[in-house]
Amino acid sequence: MNTTIMLFLVQDGITNGAIYALLGLALVLVFAVTRVILIPQGEFVTYGALTYASLSSGHVPGTARLAVAMGVVAFCLDLYAGRRSLHRRLVGRAVAVNIILPSIVLALTSWTAGHPSGIAINIALSLMIVAVIGLFLYRIAFQPIAQASVLVLLIASVGCHLAMQGFGLVFFGAEGQRAPPLSTASFTVGPLRFTGQSIAVYVITAALMIGLWLFFGTTLTGKALRATAVNRLGARLVGIRTSLAGQIAFLMAAMIGAISGILIVPITTLYYDTGFLIGLKGFVAGIIGGLVSYPLTAIAALFVGLVESFSSFSASNFKEVIVFTLIIPVLVLRSLAAPAVEEDKD
Amino acid sequence: MNPDGNALLEVADVHVAYGKVEAVRAVSLHVAENEIVTIVGANGAGKTTLLNAIMGILPLKGRTLFAGEDMARLDIEDRVAAGLSLVPEHRELFATMNVEDNLKLGGFRMTKAANAASFERVYSLFPRLKERRKQFAGTLSGGEQQMLAMGRALMGAPKLLMLDEPSLGLAPIIVADIFRIIGELRASGVSVLLVEQNAQAALQIADRAYVMELGEFILNGPAGEIAANQRVAASYLGFQHEGESPV
Repeated sequence: MNTTIMLFLVQDGITNGAIYALLGLALVLVFAVTRVILIPQGEFVTYGALTYASLSSGHVPGTARLAVAMGVVAFCLDLYAGRRSLHRRLVGRAVAVNIILPSIVLALTSWTAGHPSGIAINIALSLMIVAVIGLFLYRIAFQPIAQASVLVLLIASVGCHLAMQGFGLVFFGAEGQRAPPLSTASFTVGPLRFTGQSIAVYVITAALMIGLWLFFGTTLTGKALRATAVNRLGARLVGIRTSLAGQIAFLMAAMIGAISGILIVPITTLYYDTGFLIGLKGFVAGIIGGLVSYPLTAIAALFVGLVESFSSFSASNFKEVIVFTLIIPVLVLRSLAAPAVEEDKD
Repeated sequence: MNPDGNALLEVADVHVAYGKVEAVRAVSLHVAENEIVTIVGANGAGKTTLLNAIMGILPLKGRTLFAGEDMARLDIEDRVAAGLSLVPEHRELFATMNVEDNLKLGGFRMTKAANAASFERVYSLFPRLKERRKQFAGTLSGGEQQMLAMGRALMGAPKLLMLDEPSLGLAPIIVADIFRIIGELRASGVSVLLVEQNAQAALQIADRAYVMELGEFILNGPAGEIAANQRVAASYLGFQHEGESPV
């Protein structure tokens, strides 16, 4: 292996690692706030990418209709949950969030599909569609069992992953898709060629991380999410609604997933089930970060990306094996280092 | 059972059970506006269970009214919004966040202007918190954590503050401080429902008292009378009148 190849591999690893970092951060966020291990994170990636691809080729993606259907279910759940104290404000909020919001998104999507539209509009719509799906996913699948144990939540999470993957096959078919890149520009530095897309990956990842850091460090909503993660009962006692915190966390995770998807779909062909494997690599990073540490997760994600690119060069048949084997020593070390943690029952 | 007719909190015939075990049986109590009421009793009498149930953390059977409104259908968060606040036994602070952020989150539902005023009020009640405002809550001493828990609750401008064992595990000098502040709270228009094992201190500060034993109220009345009651004196205040056997 010469220096040029090594530089290529490093570049490739960092690009992938940046994506895994985003997914890892989303996983840590969701786990901290809701105790859900978000297996469907990968589906948010696929949905984001393939929705964007469909929009780019002028189709109305099925995900927009899925959002409306989920909204109707969420609306019924909201009415049922509040059935004993139905007042106008509650119904009004339920209609606005569950019915009107996804309907507007669907209307916009249908209108856009009939008109040639720019990349920016397609991206914005894809993000909106997936964000709404993320919000409703929490409302439908996790909010009713929010007090359950981590294991029950994990099982529900696996169920969501399987269901969403199935829907993905229905909406997008079994063929792989690609989408137009954000930018076709490129330049070379020494032996390395930087494409506009890979620069976009770095810039957007860095911007998102700074944005998240500011959000959690300075805004009241961000602090309320952290408070929910640190002490659920304490948060409820100051009037922070756990359900709202969960919805925000899922909405953010869905957006982050969709952004990752949109960033990679111009680089690699994505299939309806590709997201799962990508999400799992974010999960490996999250596990190395102990599902609590954001900086450790981000660094671990870059490491995962590098390991993957080097192993795909020197032992390509084993690249997944090598990446996932990383988990084992980490888990062993963590279980030796950390005292036994009892699952909190609140 | 509400002679004044203007009870802020009214609890009637409340039962709380853990599975089949009833921890609180047929308990009724009321707290009027601007009143300090205490519930005293031994460890395990069901005092904490009762407070948690009133707050909505545990399900209960019976009637609970707050400011005249039925609370049966209200979540914890709704009760907080209505003006009911609990400082729980374990304080439940945000340990990895600093004092200022803990307080800020205490005023989560309030407007910015209201929070500015509340910050001043809390810092004047607890000057120690102002000194430590950039310190993580988890690194504070026990007394400071109790102050922070009370301060965080006060940031939400409650009408009734429920305190669960505020003196637990604290040095006597800090306990005196905390009880002095509870007295000051009443002056600023906050009613207090105080659960204490330290019956002596609690009875000194309270207007009325309930004595709880094995999940039931066995006595209630003006705090002075309760303090003078021989049975209470023997069981909870740690002394006996000579020549008289406790009833």
